[in-house]
Amino acid sequence: MTVWEWLAEPWSYDFMIRATVTTVVAAALCALLSCWLVLIGWSLMGDAVSHAVLPGVVLAYVVGAPFALGALIFGLIAVTLIGAVRSTSRVKEDAAIGIVFTTLFALGLVLISVTPSQTDLNHILFGNLLGVGDEDVLQVLVLAVLAGAILLVKRRDLTLFAFDPTHAHAIGLSPRRLSALLLGLLALTSVVALQAVGVVLVVAMLIIPGATAYLLTDRFGRMLLISPIIAVACSVIGIVASFWLDASSGAMVVLTQGIVYALVHLFAPRRGLISTASARRRRTRATAAATAGVGTATQPLR
Amino acid sequence: MLFRADAGPRPAVGDPGDTDPPPAVLVEDVTVHYGAVHALDRASLTLAPGRVCGLVGMNGSGKSTLFKTVMGLVRPDSGRVEIDGLSPQQARRRGVVGYVPQSEDVDWAFPVSVRDVVMMGRYGRQNLVRRATAADRAAVDEALERVELTALADRQIGALSGGQRKRAFVARGIAQQASVLLLDEPFAGVDKRSEATISRLLRELAADPDAPRTVLVSTHDLHGLPQLCDEAVLLMRKVLMHGPPETVLRPEPLALAFGLDVLSDHRGPDPADDREDGR
Ligand SMILES: Nc1ncnc2c1ncn2[C@@H]1O[C@H](COP(=O)(O)OP(=O)(O)OP(=O)(O)O)[C@@H](O)[C@H]1O
Ligand SMILES: [Mg+2]
Repeated sequence: MTVWEWLAEPWSYDFMIRATVTTVVAAALCALLSCWLVLIGWSLMGDAVSHAVLPGVVLAYVVGAPFALGALIFGLIAVTLIGAVRSTSRVKEDAAIGIVFTTLFALGLVLISVTPSQTDLNHILFGNLLGVGDEDVLQVLVLAVLAGAILLVKRRDLTLFAFDPTHAHAIGLSPRRLSALLLGLLALTSVVALQAVGVVLVVAMLIIPGATAYLLTDRFGRMLLISPIIAVACSVIGIVASFWLDASSGAMVVLTQGIVYALVHLFAPRRGLISTASARRRRTRATAAATAGVGTATQPLR
Repeated sequence: MLFRADAGPRPAVGDPGDTDPPPAVLVEDVTVHYGAVHALDRASLTLAPGRVCGLVGMNGSGKSTLFKTVMGLVRPDSGRVEIDGLSPQQARRRGVVGYVPQSEDVDWAFPVSVRDVVMMGRYGRQNLVRRATAADRAAVDEALERVELTALADRQIGALSGGQRKRAFVARGIAQQASVLLLDEPFAGVDKRSEATISRLLRELAADPDAPRTVLVSTHDLHGLPQLCDEAVLLMRKVLMHGPPETVLRPEPLALAFGLDVLSDHRGPDPADDREDGR
């Protein structure tokens, strides 16, 4: 079998095409959002909101409402509760986040266990790419285009908010509204992505691509390109691999992203471990050579 | 110019010298609490346009709180704040207030260039997507030129020295066309030469005949104060004293603001060798 056949065969199945479209779209959206999450230091928040939407999604299923609505409501509840726990007790933010999202996640699990038709709902946890139907693909597309468009239109404001919220305030923007916008988009994105990889692994797609891109560039605009490109490539590779290995597709996609991160972490041109180590070796040698010990090239402190 | 804050209420516009324009910064009887912490106690401060004012006081005396109050980041329990005769909210909408953050409040590894940072000063004047126009780009170039960072404009912001970083943020305030610049401890971690450069830049910006800026700087460097400021404010929850730097920097007021031990450390600079031309 040639490489070409190996790559092409999966696409002869309709369900594989639907799975790939869903994953690629969800991964690209998560990757965009992850650029801001990683820079603001909201990775844990991404973890929290993506888990906390679970009861919302289950309840939406029960009453027959759109998943996105339930997810948004519970994303909002999670964020409000986290703020409340932190500000009305001496508990620090990471603990507050941990308390709230695990509790809401547990509530979701309880709801799943008491709701009839369990097979469907367990897919929310781990994704069910191969069972994605046409309406699911449509829903993912509509939500992703909406969220992606808002992110891109607001990208400069969101970047300003991430970099210097005080300045945003000083020129009349509202950091509170911008953070609410980002959190709302986070909830929406979680719904999109849980179709592909399930609630448990969404957080990986919300952190890894942005972190990978951050190691590769010093320009935020380029991060917004590199991050989705990496995520989309990993999705395709992961899905093809899962087809041939008969492995869980969502997990395979996330595993691929993790491997790519590791490679970049080691081999990135300027920030990778290998290149910084060899630069250090070069410098040490240069210092040793210059016996006077003056004129050592110093890098700016960061 | 010399007055004590507790000398009773003063009219908003009544300082000798400024009759027509509203004060650039007006802080009147402002009280701020953080929970149980009493950070500002009926602090009052009036700055005329085009003045450079140094804000001095020990750690925890409320300097940063005063800045936050002027910017509307902290809502005072009582009292009034006006900027150029506008409410803080109106002033923010018009981009009147430019802010240079304390170094520890900035993520220096953030992937933005110096030029990107300066361009952020223009956002308030741009459309919804903040698309830069030719005018925006010209304003950014001019601001970079003014602070002498043109050659470093495409560097990542963290790849600058401490003094250059401060100048980059001042450039953002220039590009913003802010008429009031607030700098919270710009000299922390900056060597004497860079400090002198920044001081000179701030004085030039204040004295600019086309667009005079009012500059409020908090600093712990008492010796550099006379080169930098037209006036100085001693803060200790309230405004203990406000006047020319040489007057404020005498041992007695300093002892009041910093505790008695300061008498042995800071005698205050000799006013005779610190005067600059034209003042
Ligand atoms: N967010 C906050 N919550 C509670 N207390 C605060 C907060 N910010 C400041 N304070 C307290 O208010 C008082 C004034 O603080 P502020 O930061 O204004 O002082 P400062 O003059 O800027 O000090 P420094 O020279 O150390 O920067 C201090 O006692 C401080 O502990
Ligand atoms: Mg301070």
